[in-house]
Amino acid sequence: MRSTERSAFATGVVDVLPFIVMVVPFATLFGVVAIEAGLSLAQTLSFSILVIAGASQFAALQLMLDNAAIGFILAAALAVNLRMAMYSAALAPHLGAAPLLQRAFIGYLNFDHSYVLAVAKYEDQPDMPLRSRVAYFFGVSLTIAPLWCLFTYIGAEIGVWIPANWEVSFVLPLAFLSTVAPMLKSPAHVATAGVSIVLALALADLPSGSGLLIAALCAMITGVLVETLLERKA
Amino acid sequence: MNYSQVEIWLIIALMAIGTFAIRFSFLGLIGSKRMVPVIERMLRFTPVAVLPGMVAPLVLWPTDSADGVTLLHLAATGAAVGTAYLTRKVIWGMLAGLGVFFAPVVFALL
Repeated sequence: MRSTERSAFATGVVDVLPFIVMVVPFATLFGVVAIEAGLSLAQTLSFSILVIAGASQFAALQLMLDNAAIGFILAAALAVNLRMAMYSAALAPHLGAAPLLQRAFIGYLNFDHSYVLAVAKYEDQPDMPLRSRVAYFFGVSLTIAPLWCLFTYIGAEIGVWIPANWEVSFVLPLAFLSTVAPMLKSPAHVATAGVSIVLALALADLPSGSGLLIAALCAMITGVLVETLLERKA
Repeated sequence: MNYSQVEIWLIIALMAIGTFAIRFSFLGLIGSKRMVPVIERMLRFTPVAVLPGMVAPLVLWPTDSADGVTLLHLAATGAAVGTAYLTRKVIWGMLAGLGVFFAPVVFALL
């Protein structure tokens, strides 16, 4: 690595430090809840190492607790990750020229924090050379990813000691709602969340998770419609 | 939970493959092409469309609670949503919700 790339990598490491405060408790929580749900240590760690996508890991776990059909678990958990296709599209103009193997690693490490910081950086410094951009991305993501896995492990070790009557599983809705609430930036987002809640409750008796998929699809369409209408009015 | 070991590993493996495919998509296969605007618009709403519907039943019918939903569940939910919304920070919402929900446990231990 040349010195400009080394310094881009170091900048990435420094920029991501504040996000550690968020990743550590979330990862620990996943470890605790996964063990309480009945996954083995190896399964819990594999989840964090192979998938590295907090919200979808929690989603899968929740649906597994409900004994949903495997197809519905995958559909709902992957739907939670669909936003990352958008991240991928946003990163492509900046990193698309990198070698395939590097892009594959970037894909594997393309999660909320790395996307947010990297795109902000690339837009701020448009003449950053490609190799420095790649180095910056890895500085951010290679700081977060090992912590995600380490604290999943620590959480799993703690989880064994937590008594069942503490209702640790209720941490799941709390974590999800805290994730969603700051995203309610516009009336369209509020309408989306509202439709999602009402339909999910109304369709809760449909078998193994299918009600949620219908609710989510209707909610997404609602969001786009409300947003389009508001834009026309403005 | 009612799955065989093979099924659990299958879920993990397929989620890993699916998640990677989503993340790699535009970086890998489509190069620097842009996404269709309507699809991009819909994708921006996915977290807000999926997550609230997923947790609403958990809040109203908590899985591990012997007495169903209690005032404590609702207070913790309100604290999490309200704090996260007002501060715009996930971490404060989580801490507020956890603080309310586990306050009785902590007091019992003291």
